[in-house]
Amino acid sequence: MSVASVAERATVRFDVAKAAGIVAIALGALAFWVTLPPLTVRTQAVPITLGLAGIASGLWSWRHGHVRLGWTGVMIAFLGIIVGLFAMQAAVGNLEVVITWSALTAATLRFATPLIFAAIGGLFSERSGVVNIGLEGMMLMGAFFGIYGADVTDSWWLGILIGMGAGAALAFVHAVFSIHLRADQIVSGTAINFLALGLTGYLFIDLYGTEGTGEVPAVPDVHLDFLGRIPPEGLGNFLERAFGQLNLMIWLALLTVVLAYIVIFRTTLGLRIRSVGEHPRAADTVGISVYGVRYLAVTTSGALAALGGVYLSIGFVHSFTENMTAGRGFIALAALIFGKWRPFGVLGAALLFGFASAVAPRLENVESWATYGTLFQTLPYLLTLIAVAGLIGRSIPPAAIGRPYEKQ
Amino acid sequence: MSQVDTAPVDEAPTVAVGRYQQAGGFLTALITTLLAFLVGGLVVVATTGRNPLPVYRGIFDGTGLTWLIHPLVDVRTIGGTHDLYRTEADAVAVAAISLQQTLILTTTLILTGLAVAFAFRAGLFNIGGQGQYLIGIMVAVGIGTSFAGMPRGLHVLLGLVCAALAGALWAGIAGLMRATVGAHEVITTIMLNWIAYWIASYAFSLGGPLQSDTQTSVPISNDVVDSAKLHVLWGGLQGLHIGFLLALGALAAFWALINRSTLGFGMRAVGHNPEAARYGGISVGRSYFLAMAIAGGFAGLAGAVDLLGWQHRYGVSDVQGAELGFVGIAVALLGRNTAFGILCSSLLFGALLTGANTRNLDPSIFDPELAGNLTLIIQGLVVLFVGADLLVISIWRARRRLPLPRRRPREVRA
Repeated sequence: MSVASVAERATVRFDVAKAAGIVAIALGALAFWVTLPPLTVRTQAVPITLGLAGIASGLWSWRHGHVRLGWTGVMIAFLGIIVGLFAMQAAVGNLEVVITWSALTAATLRFATPLIFAAIGGLFSERSGVVNIGLEGMMLMGAFFGIYGADVTDSWWLGILIGMGAGAALAFVHAVFSIHLRADQIVSGTAINFLALGLTGYLFIDLYGTEGTGEVPAVPDVHLDFLGRIPPEGLGNFLERAFGQLNLMIWLALLTVVLAYIVIFRTTLGLRIRSVGEHPRAADTVGISVYGVRYLAVTTSGALAALGGVYLSIGFVHSFTENMTAGRGFIALAALIFGKWRPFGVLGAALLFGFASAVAPRLENVESWATYGTLFQTLPYLLTLIAVAGLIGRSIPPAAIGRPYEKQ
Repeated sequence: MSQVDTAPVDEAPTVAVGRYQQAGGFLTALITTLLAFLVGGLVVVATTGRNPLPVYRGIFDGTGLTWLIHPLVDVRTIGGTHDLYRTEADAVAVAAISLQQTLILTTTLILTGLAVAFAFRAGLFNIGGQGQYLIGIMVAVGIGTSFAGMPRGLHVLLGLVCAALAGALWAGIAGLMRATVGAHEVITTIMLNWIAYWIASYAFSLGGPLQSDTQTSVPISNDVVDSAKLHVLWGGLQGLHIGFLLALGALAAFWALINRSTLGFGMRAVGHNPEAARYGGISVGRSYFLAMAIAGGFAGLAGAVDLLGWQHRYGVSDVQGAELGFVGIAVALLGRNTAFGILCSSLLFGALLTGANTRNLDPSIFDPELAGNLTLIIQGLVVLFVGADLLVISIWRARRRLPLPRRRPREVRA
């Protein structure tokens, strides 16, 4: 048997059924998208046709082996028709208030950045086998200590470092209890969240009292004016409004995703982290320090999650309020699961949740829906709930996750 | 030939071991609490440079627990408040009110603690108590502010039952998702918490469905009508209400359900080992759903008891300040998910929250706002230490040094 024939047999055939499922999802999204600005199609036939094609494609995928994917395709295509028709009922003016794609893109990136940082942090921790429910608490520590550090040292980048340090310190506590003391990792993570909430609230009131944080050095925006000069003019305008005024930390977040991919999948350290997460006994036999790698991974996750919080306080809102993370750490955890513990998957999931957060306040601006404004705040959490329900295939975590390791 | 014979012993070793295990449980909880307060005290010293003992004394004075021994000793001596109250009677009166407040909080904490503990017995971590509580509040507001002509017993019953059912449904969503698609209940319940938070904020906001008809510029609900209010047992306005007895009844029901019913047995089996339970014929999915639903029922009931018992109206600011659902997590964990444990830990946290309250804590001893966050830190420490086995292991090892009746092998000379 030659090597070539073995390779040939091992080659995966192009899976038509899977492609059909993906096409179904795409058609469903398209059915909705065409009804929005700038196309603003008003003939009902268009989204209906697109949607029906999507449903057909999804059913075909379902019949040919991909049950979950096919079903998801059918549901998204069906939803696409419904939402598309619904969007057609709204006045074009209202639609344009909500959907300005350039502003929406920028807003999506802004809302997604804390999620990206926290989720990538969670990625490191969970890939090494330690569940990190405490992302929310670590984010909050970063938010407070970032702004406090920037205030005390009068520099934004020192603020970032101090914030990261605080997150890492809290993560270290989580690591000690989860790894050495073998506590239940979820209980430990929940405790971390309580601690962070109490500690940051306590210090905030103690140090700043009722006046709040006041003028604090903020992380600067990155001005990319050259984008506006890219022809054609429409594209240039879009690019400039979407990407031209983004904060430095947003670009850092995207860089972090790339770095995480390289570290996890292309370095020895990443291999060690993954092996400790999949089969710690085997890794220990080969000589890898399971405890050491896990401590490193969990502490790193704390520093990264804190970066998400730092962005919130000195990059986005420019102040601190108690419990300002408002559950974002958990949305990041959901993004991690939704993204199947892979950096670029996590990025996609975080962008999706960021999109929901970005659209919510815009929906409030529509006058006829003004009274329901508060309800739109549930959108990101609702979307997370639907995502975690596992519509898109089963998420398989690292094999040894959540189980404390006992050295023998 | 000699034979080793065993002499009769005073009690079987298994009984003694069981006793030490139980003592170990209570002892561990006690040590955990003390450790948490110790670290909390360190935080006080580190941040404000003050001796934490007067702070804790001030908090203790605010709990009203001193009222329980007021015939025996001057309340002011324990609390160090001789300069605050001119006569002992004044101090005793204030202590009585404080104790009522403590017991009111204990009532809620028993129920929210049960909400976490019941699910824990089935192996599920229900952090959604806060959201289930808010859903219960909303339903209780809806029923309590309407139907003014109803006979009292029926009105109260309707409010309590519907609120419990609503909480059960809300938690049931998470239970269903766990049972069917395996979605982890930690994430789903937290998402449901925030969704409930925003729904409640919307409901009581200006123009919202539950907002007051009379005070149209305040984001608050209508008042609960008299026929829906719970009867007050002790004290005047906002005194201790029969909800306290309800909570004790719920504790008994919890114990009976978990330890004496088939359903509870199934849940415990699933909690210990889902695969073995499934092999034994117990439906794991059904157990998960029912565990979450009943747990949510407790939390929803907590909301109704609070609203019909003493709050009598609810607004957006109450939604933002609500936290008892989360304290329930610490209550359940410290109480080791047992009925007696929850009774003790809910009393502890109820006392802690009351004592550190802005109304009860003397600002010259400690800033009440700081005290609120300090209690949060202590809660976090309690949960953190409870999660670690090390404390239990080290105490368990200590038992070897304690006298344990041994079977004495006796050589019988042949």
